[in-house]
Amino acid sequence: MGSMTEQTTASPAGFGGMQARSAEALNTQARISVRNLDFFYGTNKALKSINLDLPDRQVTGMIGPSGCGKSTLLRVLNRMYSLYPGQRAEGEVLMDGRNMIDASVDLNELRSKVGMVFQKPTPFPMTIYDNIAFGIKLHEKLAKSELDDRVEWALSRAAIWGEVKDRLQSSAMGLSGGQQQRLCIARSIAVRPEVMLFDEPTSALDPISTLKIEELIDELKRDFTICIVTHNMQQAARCADQVAFFYLGELVEVAPAAQLFTAPREKRTQEYITGRFG
Amino acid sequence: MSTTTLSPLSKARNESAARSLGRRRKFVDSAVKWLCLAATVAGLFFLASIMGTLLWRGLESLSLNTLLTEFKPTSYGEDTAQAGGLRHAIIGSLIQTAIGTVIGTPIGLLVGTYLAEYARGSAFGNAVRFVSDVLLSAPSILIGLFIYQLVVLPMGGFSGIAGALALAIIVIPVVVRTTEDMLQLIPNTLREAVIGLGAPKWKMITLVCYKAAASGILTGILLAVARIAGETAPLLLTSFGNNVTSLDLSSAMASLPIAIYQQANSGFPDLIRIAWSGALLVTLGVLAINIIARAVLRGRH
Amino acid sequence: MQQTITADASAIPAGGVRRRTGSFGDKLFEGLCRGAGVLVLLTLGGIILTLLIGGLPAFTHYGLAFLTSDAWNPVEDHREEYGALVSIFGTVVSAVLAIIFAVPVAFGISFFLTELAPEWLRRPVGTAIELLAAVPSIIYGMWGLFVVVPFVQIYIQLALGDYLTSIPLIGFIFESRSFAGTSLFTAALVLAIMILPFIAATMRDVFLQVPPVYKESAYGLGATRWEVVKGVVLPYTRISVVGGIMLGLGRALGETMAVTFVIGNANRMPQSIFDPSTTIASVIAMEFPESLSGSMKQSALFALGFLLFVISFLVLAASRWLLRSRLKA
Repeated sequence: MGSMTEQTTASPAGFGGMQARSAEALNTQARISVRNLDFFYGTNKALKSINLDLPDRQVTGMIGPSGCGKSTLLRVLNRMYSLYPGQRAEGEVLMDGRNMIDASVDLNELRSKVGMVFQKPTPFPMTIYDNIAFGIKLHEKLAKSELDDRVEWALSRAAIWGEVKDRLQSSAMGLSGGQQQRLCIARSIAVRPEVMLFDEPTSALDPISTLKIEELIDELKRDFTICIVTHNMQQAARCADQVAFFYLGELVEVAPAAQLFTAPREKRTQEYITGRFG
Repeated sequence: MSTTTLSPLSKARNESAARSLGRRRKFVDSAVKWLCLAATVAGLFFLASIMGTLLWRGLESLSLNTLLTEFKPTSYGEDTAQAGGLRHAIIGSLIQTAIGTVIGTPIGLLVGTYLAEYARGSAFGNAVRFVSDVLLSAPSILIGLFIYQLVVLPMGGFSGIAGALALAIIVIPVVVRTTEDMLQLIPNTLREAVIGLGAPKWKMITLVCYKAAASGILTGILLAVARIAGETAPLLLTSFGNNVTSLDLSSAMASLPIAIYQQANSGFPDLIRIAWSGALLVTLGVLAINIIARAVLRGRH
Repeated sequence: MQQTITADASAIPAGGVRRRTGSFGDKLFEGLCRGAGVLVLLTLGGIILTLLIGGLPAFTHYGLAFLTSDAWNPVEDHREEYGALVSIFGTVVSAVLAIIFAVPVAFGISFFLTELAPEWLRRPVGTAIELLAAVPSIIYGMWGLFVVVPFVQIYIQLALGDYLTSIPLIGFIFESRSFAGTSLFTAALVLAIMILPFIAATMRDVFLQVPPVYKESAYGLGATRWEVVKGVVLPYTRISVVGGIMLGLGRALGETMAVTFVIGNANRMPQSIFDPSTTIASVIAMEFPESLSGSMKQSALFALGFLLFVISFLVLAASRWLLRSRLKA
């Protein structure tokens, strides 16, 4: 398998270097660097030699037709895939100089640094307060007043504090879809991650809730490195600083959002953003 | 942001405290994992112990003679005396199980059909579903008392048909549950397609839905057979048991579970040995039917 | 109805005849189905009624004292007296103890099968546990009598008896002069093993119904497997889990054969969990076949049956209600 990997790496020659420079183009440090990453569902290769930098405190948007591997890459970044047997990654995902897909990495610690928000809101069946406290309690022992402060802080950062402050002790299931999604964002923030992954976070929401989430992402990038998978190109254009286009398990092109949508280098990117396929 | 004075992002997490908390969490996690593994091993151990005991004690005395001979009283340790067998009980069990299944299955099938095809969401349907579910788990000995009052007393004595009727009452809710579940799995588009051809509803159900759900319904019937083949308590009050082979449905009839019950509690080693071989036969039969039922369901999907 | 069909038939002559038979067939078939449903209702009604009628002489003769009396004297002279207290006590205590033994183990098995076991192990182990549920209860009884009873005698009563009785406050419940091994405790143990696979299978099925994305959300926050189950899976499924436990309790309350073999069938108030006792179902199994129809003894047994029905009906109805409210949500 090793030799095969090397061959595929060799084919898009010079590509890796170009992508690695994308962070420099945006004038920031890379928070996560993906190097020569392959991903397998059993024997089926879903990602082929991916090289990508996630610039610190910037939003990276990932676009491409369904099945192109964008969500797969997202699930590699916090190793969600290791829940499932038969799924495995090869290559490097570098964060603070460590390869995060190395077996020796503590998964719980990794996930406290890399938070994730899912396609559908996933409020846990407990009170609003307990939803937020759940993640905090996993990693820290806080006094009640500190915990209260942290919960308030997280809910405020997720722009939902005003709507729920009077009913923290009622069930989270009673919130609207958009509120539930912001609650889930608050739940992730409360753990104080450094990177936040969003997997099509608005695809189950109405346009107004979508707008709120997008504004929130824009606000959050002051403090967090963000990666967002979306099937909606307007959303990528609105939210992302740099955009990566995936096709059939390959990273075709990565560039600052304005450049990718106006002057793509690759023909396949051009065809996708003009709606020729996908 | 402005509502809080605290800004946790600027305050670094206490790394060493986090690490010690992490160690404790991992310890608890692995302790729970080992306990769960132990629980599973215990569950498998019980199954192994039951099957091992049955095979060891049951094979000891299981022979052609056990299958072909009727009950004989204890030999009081005399080796020369011919050992008894279970022929009367095997035949009695087959008869009562077969009649119970034949009576209970169509009724259960119709009720299941009613719930899935006619009474979805209706109050009467919900009542029938609830009552059927209660019957499914009701103490089976109470069904024995019911049939005793309804059949045994009016007929003036224990009888094979009373036993079969008690078993039929146990069959019904099992078949109801699987029939309803299986019919509900059929997509409505299929029903609409049949109705769209101009077929009446009863033909849609009998010709198409039953076919689509056939393997599931068959599985339910097999599970019901497996369930009644080992039932003991209701038979005690209805067909009572008999020491000779009887084909007469109007008089007391033997059955394997009752024969096991009586001989296991007799205190005579030779009779207890026969009870073990009976127990082995019943268990192998019941487990075989269960495995076939699973294969039927899986073969379909 | 009839008229509509005639109108239809005149409009489309070719199909007319077949349609009418179709409609008749529809009515007949629906009637059959509904009739079978009515029969099911009548069966349950009949069970309640026969138990009540059969038990009426005992209920009217003893009144409420039937429930509170621990007497059981089947000798047919002036001493003949029947009370339900001992067998109700034995029924409830053995079933509740069985639940206490079985639930933690069942939880362990279902957690193992849904979260911990490698994929290739899940099906065979799951099937084995389900087969354990298919073993007839008389086999549990016989296995209990010849395997569990001696085990309790030697390895629990003899080996641990002194330690158990010296526990402060609750030590007395282990203090018994009976060393037969047939006891309330043994019955509870065998019952626990019998209902274990039912509860484990129910728990596994409801755990599997938790959408993976909820579990992923918790894993995404850095939770361990145990924290995910404790924090998300159990809160998400708690109503159904309780429903499954109640279903197991219902089975344990009404079980006859597994208990009759190992409980010792002594109709007197147990002083210790190692004393022999009896349950409603085993009293009926032991004494009904030899009771005379129309006798006070038979009526007392019917009355016990009615009480068992009431107890297990309440538990089963509660279980149904809990398991159903999940389906709606």
